[in-house]
Amino acid sequence: MDWQAFSLTLQLAAWTVLFLLPCAMLIARALAWRRVPMKSGIEALIMLPLVLPPTVLGFYLLVAFSPQSAIGGTIKSIFGSAPVFSFTGILIASLIVNLPFAVQPIQRAFESIPRNVREAAFVSGLSPWQTMRRIELPLAWPGIVSAIALTFAHTLGEFGVILLIGGSIPGETRVLSIAIYDRVQAFDIAGAGVMSAALLGFSLLSIAIVHTLARRRGTGAHGFQ
Amino acid sequence: MVSSDDGAAALSIECRQDAPIPLDVSISTRAGELLALIGPSGSGKTTVLRSVAGLYKPRHGRIRVGGESWLDTDNKIDMSPQQRRVGLVFQDYALFPHLSAVDNVALAMLDTDKVTRQRRAEELLARVHLNGLAHRRPSQLSGGERQRVALARALARDPKVLLLDEPFSAVDRMTREPLKQELASLHRALDIPIVLVTHDIEEAQALADRICVLNKGNVMQIGAPDDLRLRPRTVGVARLMGQDNIATAEVLDATHIRCGSHVLKVRLVDGHTAGEKVTVLFPVDCISVIDADAEHASLANSLRGHIVEIFASGDFKTLLMDFDGVALRLKVTAREAAQRHLAVDAKITVTLDPEGIHLMRVE
Repeated sequence: MDWQAFSLTLQLAAWTVLFLLPCAMLIARALAWRRVPMKSGIEALIMLPLVLPPTVLGFYLLVAFSPQSAIGGTIKSIFGSAPVFSFTGILIASLIVNLPFAVQPIQRAFESIPRNVREAAFVSGLSPWQTMRRIELPLAWPGIVSAIALTFAHTLGEFGVILLIGGSIPGETRVLSIAIYDRVQAFDIAGAGVMSAALLGFSLLSIAIVHTLARRRGTGAHGFQ
Repeated sequence: MVSSDDGAAALSIECRQDAPIPLDVSISTRAGELLALIGPSGSGKTTVLRSVAGLYKPRHGRIRVGGESWLDTDNKIDMSPQQRRVGLVFQDYALFPHLSAVDNVALAMLDTDKVTRQRRAEELLARVHLNGLAHRRPSQLSGGERQRVALARALARDPKVLLLDEPFSAVDRMTREPLKQELASLHRALDIPIVLVTHDIEEAQALADRICVLNKGNVMQIGAPDDLRLRPRTVGVARLMGQDNIATAEVLDATHIRCGSHVLKVRLVDGHTAGEKVTVLFPVDCISVIDADAEHASLANSLRGHIVEIFASGDFKTLLMDFDGVALRLKVTAREAAQRHLAVDAKITVTLDPEGIHLMRVE
């Protein structure tokens, strides 16, 4: 077991969830309720990472972030280095790749809250912020947890994008899936097996969480008040 | 109703716009009055209600409650729904699905402390006869119980206006009657204006002090239920009020009209000229059955004809009668129908009370 890769993977997944969740909630809420211009275009763009081959996305990001490019060059002039072959680079890639996994479940959850339930809250004297905290978040909670679980699980297994933009630098970009690939290349089947089993366990756990919440959503029950 | 100034505790609504929903209404109600807004779908009745609640903003509008301006588009006044203190019962109740009945009600009182609002919420639930169900979620309540929770929640803010949007449409007929009676007694106890939106004329007649008929965003007529039923301004209002006995006639002189082959005495024909074609309404109140086949046609305004059809509905039977081309419908009790041996094709004679016959202009 490559504990360094294991810890790096968890860090990547945690940071991805932490950064992505607030953005996803804002985007999802706007798409669900507001009259957004070019809504279907935006939705399609968010969905793109689902169908785009990860290596293709990784290639474009590599080109965009390289110090020779406009974006990469600008970032390098500000932060001292371009975000290729670094943890920052794979984090940015991970945020983009996970956008659909985070936005979709939250958007569906917000959409399922009837408009007049929010209006009832306003008429009952609840400010928009109180409505958010006491009505919208509790009702959207299963969708939010689904988004967390899906994003987390998906980040654990991300391979193609990370390999292209990050390579396999121990402690910096070598996450579990890359480490597994390296072990197999080195004919260390046992080592690859242990790490694969760990990833399998995590994935099963996330699916279980998503499923349980999806079923509880139907009855309107949840542990948040 | 005693009021310190002209607008105190009363509600006045003015909304005007051409699009997206055409509106041109000006309505006011007194405190303690239940006003029913009735009209076909798309008539703007729900939009008017939402405007009062602050959930819709008409292009031009003024809404004043008890001397306080809630909306005045000319003077850029537009209070938020939170500031307005209205009680609104939504058509499908819009309860918060994740909260118990008591928490649904308590949430409308966030400005008071937790203990007080919990106690007040339980009192309100008791007031709508929901003792013992306080800790159930909306999904565990029946339609009628949900309506009561919605009503308790609407009352929780101590509203200055109570708004009811088709409050009985989501409950079955069996539940509707007791709920209506409870609303009637609540209405007697509340000293605030109540606005009820409905498309059910019976509901409006049973509950309202005054009825406002809306069509395409315009007020067709506003008045007491009997005013609208017996003296509708237009055929449209008459039909909406459930009146079927409508015919065309010609004015003969100040107190007579010709309807088909009959010359009928009517109350003083005001504002109509001799020879003018009019639409005439015979409210059921002015029709009395004399006898199954009375031959004494000498009585004033008596019509002889026959029964075309009888529709049975429980304790009542509706007679469809033909008097030489003038068709009239009349509801009689099943007992009366049996006693008078009323049957299809049987002869029948009725008299029409001149005071009750109502004339309208041809549209």
